[in-house]
Amino acid sequence: MIDVDDLWVGYTEETVLRGVSLQVRRGEFVGILGPNGSGKTTLLLTLSGVIPVRRGSITIVGTPLGRLKPRERARAMAVVAQDSDIRFPFACREVVLMGRYPHQKAWQWDQAADEAVVGRVMAKTDTEGLAERLITGISGGERQRVLMAKALAQETPVLLLDEATSAMDIQRKLQIFRVLRDLNEREGLTVVAVLHDVNLAALFCRRLVFLKDGRIEADGPIEDVLTAQTLQSVYDTTAIVQPIPGTGKSQVSFLP
Amino acid sequence: MRRTALFGLVFLVLIVLAAFVASGIGSYHIAPQDILRLWLSLLNESWSVGIDDTARYITLHVRLARICLALVVGGGLALSGAVYQGVLLNPLADPFTLGVSTGAAFGASLAILLGWGAWSVCGVSALPLAAFAGAVFALYLVYLLGRINGRIHSTTLVLAGIIVSTFLSAWISLLKSLNEDSVSTIVFWIMGSLSGKGWTHVGLVLPYLLIGGGLILFSARELDLLCLGEVQAQQSGVDVSRVRFRLMLAASLVTGASVAVSGVIGFVGLVVPHLVRFGVGTLHRHLLPTSLAAGGLLVLLADTMARSLLPSGEELPVGVVTAILGGPFFCYLMLHRKKHIPL
Repeated sequence: MIDVDDLWVGYTEETVLRGVSLQVRRGEFVGILGPNGSGKTTLLLTLSGVIPVRRGSITIVGTPLGRLKPRERARAMAVVAQDSDIRFPFACREVVLMGRYPHQKAWQWDQAADEAVVGRVMAKTDTEGLAERLITGISGGERQRVLMAKALAQETPVLLLDEATSAMDIQRKLQIFRVLRDLNEREGLTVVAVLHDVNLAALFCRRLVFLKDGRIEADGPIEDVLTAQTLQSVYDTTAIVQPIPGTGKSQVSFLP
Repeated sequence: MRRTALFGLVFLVLIVLAAFVASGIGSYHIAPQDILRLWLSLLNESWSVGIDDTARYITLHVRLARICLALVVGGGLALSGAVYQGVLLNPLADPFTLGVSTGAAFGASLAILLGWGAWSVCGVSALPLAAFAGAVFALYLVYLLGRINGRIHSTTLVLAGIIVSTFLSAWISLLKSLNEDSVSTIVFWIMGSLSGKGWTHVGLVLPYLLIGGGLILFSARELDLLCLGEVQAQQSGVDVSRVRFRLMLAASLVTGASVAVSGVIGFVGLVVPHLVRFGVGTLHRHLLPTSLAAGGLLVLLADTMARSLLPSGEELPVGVVTAILGGPFFCYLMLHRKKHIPL
């Protein structure tokens, strides 16, 4: 689905990604972890075409990223970003409906099919109660849920998340990630999630990619890479990885 | 949707009512029933039998033309204001605060001074095109000035707009003085006026409003997404730089055409979209057409006041009326922006 080969990306003064290569196959649930400034957000912004590629190549569902038109790209992948600075008082439902944009024709009113999709994703993300509230008047966590609904309304095979649940409380986080897990398992949705929370990643991701200083430090199935040794080298911190009995999952404890 | 249709209907009724009242105001008295009959005579000649030609001329060729011009100019300015606010993510933006209107007036004055004012392209006057060039020039200047480290800040942008606007106003005054024009033409360009305008002027703006307005209405969905921020819009499938460029050009074209016939009428593009958002919400497919109607109504009312307020029978520039109404509203936006419209 996503094929990144020797990717170099930078801003005017600094180079952020230095030779990242990464293949994500259909139906994977990948967590991207790493310390601040390691290039996680830059990687996601480059994948979604916001930041230009300096060197290397990105292929999305078989087509080079540069050759996809914005609409085509938005039909292939949806993104939920971390910070959303929305200044205009749209009703939340209107924002979710905007997710249908890449599927709509210019001179066409919203179709019943679009409305149906919006209803479905708002039910999934439990945002129906916010439908008529203004996006400028709700909490950060609620806003992230609405934007998650908007991204789901895009009905793409790939979903990129950048700290997309950072402002939610733990119960909401788990709720959203369960929805994503279900979509991933039942409908083959490919999820690539940048996360700060190692333990959240440990609960839901099946593969982890650790970035450090713009390079991939470790990449593999969670049981292989989520080790004290990797965490030590990525975060320079001593950690203990313990299995949680009966779940098949592990959790990480950092030592004081 | 139903709400927008309702608002549209209300505005339509209000516009017709206002037009009717405005037709009856003026030094030459015309009875209300005569106005009605004269209007109907546009559909069927027989309605105006028995009404003298002076009344007929004044109602249909002076007052009705001016009413239509007010509607077109006001609608155009409000529409552009809504676009500038959305594209620049700036609630304080409008053709006037951004200096675009003054730029347009400068372009038009320059064209007139150089004798290009009477040129026409395929029968459509080139004056609005000169105004359009001036508008784009001013917008580009403001954009360069308003940028700090590659980022555009709402307040610096408006500050830059005021600087450019003041500077170009001075040039308009200078050009007009050099041309030995009277003070009144300077006032016309800087404060705006519809005095002495007729159907030819309506014909002058209308094509540009239709082209620009059509482009803008066509991009209502993209405008919605741009309002969520550049990155959001891009990730949702909008070709941001292209759409933004197209919208800015269209809004400047509409502004330029309006200013070419009316001079600089301030605050209409600022006030109207904000008021309309309270009524029909922020979705542009509702906001844009409603702003068009509301802007037309506002300028019609302001122009009617401008030509009837002074007891001596003299006319005020219509920009005076809109500024007196709009200034306090602008202050309100500045003071309450954190609560209602975070910058």
